[in-house]
Amino acid sequence: MKYAWILSWLLLAAWSTQAATLVVKPGPDALRKAISSARPGDTLLVQPGFYREHSIQVDRRLIITGTGMPVIDAEYKHPGFLITADSVIMQGLQIQHTGRSSISDIAGIRVSNASHVTLRNNKILDCTYGIYLQNAQHCLLEGNTVHSGIKNEINGGNGIHAWKCDALQINSNSISGHRDGIYFEFVTNSGIEGNLSANNQRYGLHFMFSHHDTYMKNIFRENGAGVAVMYTREVTMTDNTFIQNWGDASYGLLLKEITDSHITHNRFIKNTIGIHMEGTTRVSVQRNLFQDNGWAIRVMASSSGSQFTGNNFIGNSFDVATNGTLMLNEFHRNYWDKYDGYDLNRDQVGDVPHYPVSVYAVISEKIPSAMILYRSFLTSIMEQVEKVMPSIIPDQLKDDQPLMKKLEL
Amino acid sequence: MKTIIKYVLIDLLKNRTILIYTLVLAVLTISVTGMSDNMSKGMLSLLNITLLFVPIISILFSTIYFFNSAEFTELLLAQPIRRKSMLLASYTGISTALGLAYLAGVGVTVCVLYNSLAAIALVISGVLLTLIFSALALLIFVVFKDKTRGIGAAIITALFFTLLFDGLLLAFIYSFSDYPIDQPLLAFISLNPVDLARILVLLQLDAAVMMGYSGALFKKFMGSAMGTIYTTACMLCWMIIPLILAVRIFRKKDI
Repeated sequence: MKYAWILSWLLLAAWSTQAATLVVKPGPDALRKAISSARPGDTLLVQPGFYREHSIQVDRRLIITGTGMPVIDAEYKHPGFLITADSVIMQGLQIQHTGRSSISDIAGIRVSNASHVTLRNNKILDCTYGIYLQNAQHCLLEGNTVHSGIKNEINGGNGIHAWKCDALQINSNSISGHRDGIYFEFVTNSGIEGNLSANNQRYGLHFMFSHHDTYMKNIFRENGAGVAVMYTREVTMTDNTFIQNWGDASYGLLLKEITDSHITHNRFIKNTIGIHMEGTTRVSVQRNLFQDNGWAIRVMASSSGSQFTGNNFIGNSFDVATNGTLMLNEFHRNYWDKYDGYDLNRDQVGDVPHYPVSVYAVISEKIPSAMILYRSFLTSIMEQVEKVMPSIIPDQLKDDQPLMKKLEL
Repeated sequence: MKTIIKYVLIDLLKNRTILIYTLVLAVLTISVTGMSDNMSKGMLSLLNITLLFVPIISILFSTIYFFNSAEFTELLLAQPIRRKSMLLASYTGISTALGLAYLAGVGVTVCVLYNSLAAIALVISGVLLTLIFSALALLIFVVFKDKTRGIGAAIITALFFTLLFDGLLLAFIYSFSDYPIDQPLLAFISLNPVDLARILVLLQLDAAVMMGYSGALFKKFMGSAMGTIYTTACMLCWMIIPLILAVRIFRKKDI
């Protein structure tokens, strides 16, 4: 009898938590009222229309689905959504016009201290911060469009900003016109896949203290300063495209204090500097394409133990530049279009080593003003002389087995 | 004066060397533009050709031509013609002929194919270089009496500007690298028309970014409209000053 009581109570509890579907139509405070009347597990179907609402807190487990892209407008004054509950799903909403503030970070959607949140196919337009994740775990951001049109990096925020998170998946989003496209700080075990980050004022992707992360198949195009990865261990970067990061202070990929990482099968096309490495340890750079860059790779002498294997260097102004004579990194079996050695035994590997650092790269690295002689006839003569009698270029930096033919990547 | 220009020009346009010069330039331009797949690279190769060939050919050919027609000049000066107009007329004739050769050889192809600001900068700087180096040839002609010496001086002048000057500049940069030398460098660059032409074109190309990367000053100043005007003005000075000098010396010269 006692058990029957408990059983019936449990049944009642199960029945009462069964999900209901609520339809939300435009009206004053419609969304806020709907959320406060909903029970955990309910679905809110947001009808198309214009919702002039802001600072909406989602504090229970809800599925908020927009049909026909309803617009939530924060009137350039306030933040948009704040999600504080676990397992919230938000999809198909357009959130726009948050306020701007230099004191607090105002975001279109902020996820705070929550896990398993899914944000899918939302449009976030003209917000200071697009999606802001703080202390969130196992969240999925998929197919969102985050766009803003800031003029300089001081006023703007980041497209997707993640701080102190774990196990995030950021897939197929498109981010443009923010300060940093994607910003990671203390984010671990996460994946960034198939995103497009373009025309951001500062970095397409900015990565700090974020260990064990993977980013794949992303495109970083025309960002103010390219992509920066700093102070991080065990990052994997595969199949990404770094293109047209072309400007006075632009990098395709800036690596600073990176340890035990893999850069594989990426494409670096038309960047001022393809990869800039500073203080890196044991980074393997394999099967990448470097094409039409100003400098393909700049390896500072503070980097060590890196392997450059099987890369294609085509049409770069300078293939490799370095700032010292010490070189603790190895170059093996790369294809250099500037290699002019021979291959007598026809094993497709050149018989004489290739020295990828050109003399003019050394000079301009040491004395930047020497760049004024760029493309002068004298410098091309110096290159030829140095090829015959190397004296200025660092002789430790060489590829002993340069490939004769371009690699198929 | 017009009649002299006309005669010099007609004589030169029939000249085989000018024809070959035009043809060589045209062939080089077409092959370079045909070979390189992107505009920036094609322009860079053309820039190298222009900076190397135009000064040397212009100065050598003009010097030889002036010395060869020295007797014709003497004969004309027996007539009531002012020395100044005689000299300037033959300069105008020869620089027009060489300039036309450059325009026909490089200018037409480049402007039709690329039709950009960089292409215009290249053609303008090529023509300016022609004018400058034929003016220098005129100066050499009036300073030296002997043809052999004149040709020697012409070769040295051309080599100095295309090669030696940059070497000295690099030595200067090397020895004073600890000091802020960006501004002195800009001043020194003005002393060499070939460098001015190179920078004028480079700053219109994608490659300008690389100059901006390490020497922001160059790009900031040279890349601005003010810088372009300054560069062009410097190059015009390089044409006018030798001409004035040549006229002054020639006025008192014992022929």
